Amino acid sequence: MSTQARETLERGTTPWLFAAAVATTAPHALHQPAWLTGFAGTLFAWGTWLWWRNQRLPGRWPLALLVALACGGILLEFRTLFGRDAGVAMLVVFMAMKLLELRSRRDAIVVATLAYFLLLTHYFYSQDIPTGLWLLAAMTVVTAALVRVHGGTPSAMLPTLRLAATLMLQAVPFMVVLFVLFPRVNGPLWGLPQDAHAGRSGLSDQMTPGAISDLVLSGEVALRARFDGPVPPRDKLYWRGPVLEHTDGINWRPAPGRGPAPQLEAISAPLPYETTLEPHNQRWLLALDAPVALPSDSGLSATLTANLREPLIQRRRFTLAAALEYRHNADEAPAVLRRNLDLPPGFHPQTRALARSWQDTDPDPERLVRRALNLFNEQPFVYTLSPPLLGQQPVDEFLFATRRGFCEHYASAFVVLMRAAGVPARVVTGYQGGETNPVDGFVVVRQSDAHAWAEVWLAGRGWVRVDPTAAVSPARIESGIVGALPAGEALPAMIQLRADWLRTLRFRWEALENSWNQYVLGYNPERQRAFLSRLGMAKPDWQSMGTALAVVCGALLLALAAWNIHHRAPADAAMRLWRKALRRLAARKVHCAPWEPPLAIVRRLEHDAPDLAPAFAEVARTYLLARYGGNRDELKNLRAALARLP
Amino acid sequence: MRLIRELQRRLFRLRSDGNGPVRLTQRRIFILPTRAGLLYVVALLAMLTGAINYSLALGHALVFLLAGLGLTGMLHTFRNLYGLTVTPGRCAPVFAGETARFPLFLANDRNAMRLALELRADDGAPPVPVSIAARAGGEAAVPVPATVRGWLDLPRIRLSTVYPLGLFVAWSYLMPAMRCLVYPRPLASALPDPQSATAAGERHGEGGQEDFAGFRARQPADSPRHVAWKASARDGGERPLLVKQFAGGAQEELILDWDLTPDGLAPEARISIMAGWVLAAEEGGASYGLRIPSRELRPACGDEHCRNCLEALALMPA
Repeated sequence: MSTQARETLERGTTPWLFAAAVATTAPHALHQPAWLTGFAGTLFAWGTWLWWRNQRLPGRWPLALLVALACGGILLEFRTLFGRDAGVAMLVVFMAMKLLELRSRRDAIVVATLAYFLLLTHYFYSQDIPTGLWLLAAMTVVTAALVRVHGGTPSAMLPTLRLAATLMLQAVPFMVVLFVLFPRVNGPLWGLPQDAHAGRSGLSDQMTPGAISDLVLSGEVALRARFDGPVPPRDKLYWRGPVLEHTDGINWRPAPGRGPAPQLEAISAPLPYETTLEPHNQRWLLALDAPVALPSDSGLSATLTANLREPLIQRRRFTLAAALEYRHNADEAPAVLRRNLDLPPGFHPQTRALARSWQDTDPDPERLVRRALNLFNEQPFVYTLSPPLLGQQPVDEFLFATRRGFCEHYASAFVVLMRAAGVPARVVTGYQGGETNPVDGFVVVRQSDAHAWAEVWLAGRGWVRVDPTAAVSPARIESGIVGALPAGEALPAMIQLRADWLRTLRFRWEALENSWNQYVLGYNPERQRAFLSRLGMAKPDWQSMGTALAVVCGALLLALAAWNIHHRAPADAAMRLWRKALRRLAARKVHCAPWEPPLAIVRRLEHDAPDLAPAFAEVARTYLLARYGGNRDELKNLRAALARLP
Repeated sequence: MRLIRELQRRLFRLRSDGNGPVRLTQRRIFILPTRAGLLYVVALLAMLTGAINYSLALGHALVFLLAGLGLTGMLHTFRNLYGLTVTPGRCAPVFAGETARFPLFLANDRNAMRLALELRADDGAPPVPVSIAARAGGEAAVPVPATVRGWLDLPRIRLSTVYPLGLFVAWSYLMPAMRCLVYPRPLASALPDPQSATAAGERHGEGGQEDFAGFRARQPADSPRHVAWKASARDGGERPLLVKQFAGGAQEELILDWDLTPDGLAPEARISIMAGWVLAAEEGGASYGLRIPSRELRPACGDEHCRNCLEALALMPA
């Protein structure tokens, strides 16, 4: 073996290895620093050039220098060599370097193994269907390269690719069995690097100007929910995120510390539903207002936000229930109410003056709320994603000058007005609405449904939701952001498809994606146990899974071996008929050796079985004509002759 | 090392396979992972750990697909040998110091090519790559260095393949009963003088090339050099070509005698000198005989005679 591995590499194999390397590293360009992509690209180009000109590969020292350079760059960029992103960057660099070192078959094997490993790293960033398909194609290329290195046909590409595809196709049953039966373990096995879950989009725990309108530009899914019964009307779907009680005049953030448990009184019947949350690396559960039943590893905060114990780092499914009509903290602690009347000194003088003048004419909180909403409704306020930039007094400028804003502007201005008028109020962020996919019935809530609204505390009624955006743009609440914004606003293309057939296509695709998420990506230890017991496994522990795995894989291997090895090419039709004739002879006690030529048998029959001889002579004649005469019509004669054979 | 070799010899069949065709079946084919296969397993384990640690469902799927790929690769490697029929051929004699080539005929009755097979004799010669087309046969020669004159038996040979993925190596040992005659290594030296050679009696006869004796019609076996072109042309080319005929004179016959080789030399060197003589005499076209202690060959000439002489020398007891 060792002598073989040291064999010098055939020149024709190099392009295959390059293709494998490019297919497995190129997608990383999407999220890697540009210099790294440039570095790897340059090395690829250099390697290609050397190959093309048939020149000597660089020696050990230049390569060592390049590795040192790349490691230094990675260290500078990521501050480590071992995190997720840094590790991936290192692998890409190694791959590019190894291509400059392709001398023996052993080097080629290292490249192929590295390529297989690199395939895995793509799943850190995306596990959706297109990624899966691309990587399947890339894996075929890597396998084909491996086949080519070990002696695949040098002249043609197609047989090598076809063999690689065949091998992978035959591997699929094993994959399915292993996927279902291999005992799953809940990760992580040890601490993950800092950047393991970096770059997840979603709400943040504070509201700065422009934060939500940035988020709205993303068509990414935030959560998917399925209701047992009919989907509630859209204007009831408020998915609650963090509640922001503290403001410095510009930014809003949650009040520090944990409050007492909230009092919640459900007025309507609980509405059970199931939600699948995309990982956002935060703790909130984005439960529908107001949550009355929660999963076991979560709890309600004082402000009625459902929180998980750990940040959500992978897509998970939860079963919850909500009461759409509820009463929350009807007798609130005075300290909390005081906190919700706080305004930073020196900010929004005009707004305060306006609110105080309202309070002086009519101090009734409910009428104050209506008055503020009327202000938004009657004055020429515009709901837009691209509001003008605001300065040091954002609320004053918005209310009295620009009057163009997004939900976060309306929510914050409303809360400031209320607080100034003596009504406790706070900002709530989360998502509003969602789109029902008619294909599978799931309600899909996207980042573009991110929303901010307000809550005021009214004596006897507790915290009451007020959505000032609805006063400006009722369409935002009733039909979603696409209908609410004037055409031409910069929204992601995917969510503003207006053509019907495109929408249908999108719904289908998203339903497919959803099942992919639910059944493939969401196949975790709990679901594995549930699925296996549904299949009839009495006690799905790892021993029984291991046994089942061994049995099924063994059976598969045997079946595949039988298919591959004993799968004979179908014999020639004439040959088949001839064998049949010989069997007939054997039935009449005339035995023929396999090497006996047909005419010799005929001659022998004249002595051994004269009664058979004439009929058999005809069979032999037609057989020889059909098999060697090149005339397919003779088959018919052969069949006829065979029929006449007694 | 020797112990291992001995163990191998006992473990893996070491009876001769005779000289009939041998079909490779599962009883004859061994299969084990290669070093690359072990590297692959290590890589898969690392990937599985990564997939579990980061809870990557598709990572699990990838690792499982690769594991399945390894298994199917194993089957295909096995299949590349399975059902192959190996028939020993006949080995042409070589001189000592050359490489004997033992021809094997490999027949593939499957509808797929068998690529990247390797044939190697047990004693270290570099392997020979073989590929056989679908439903076809192919000939491969196993090289074995011939060092000593006499019969060279084909050592155990190993037919192996790592195709298609190189993760497994499948191999089969074959011991066809084949041997190759190794002639002594010829040593060029001056031919002994025919005068000093023992005169083997003078023969008179026809068919020599000394004195012109007339014409006869040309037969296909006659050399074109002997055609009497002028005489043939005289008849206008209508009759068969004519050949000049000579009457042979007294013909000296060269006897290559063992006793003519220098006495003081080692027997093998003397055998080499005689082999050189045989080749030189055959080259010169003269008729020559061979006399060695164990045998004597009457003078003659031609290819077959030369082979007989060399064989006698090759098989001369030491």
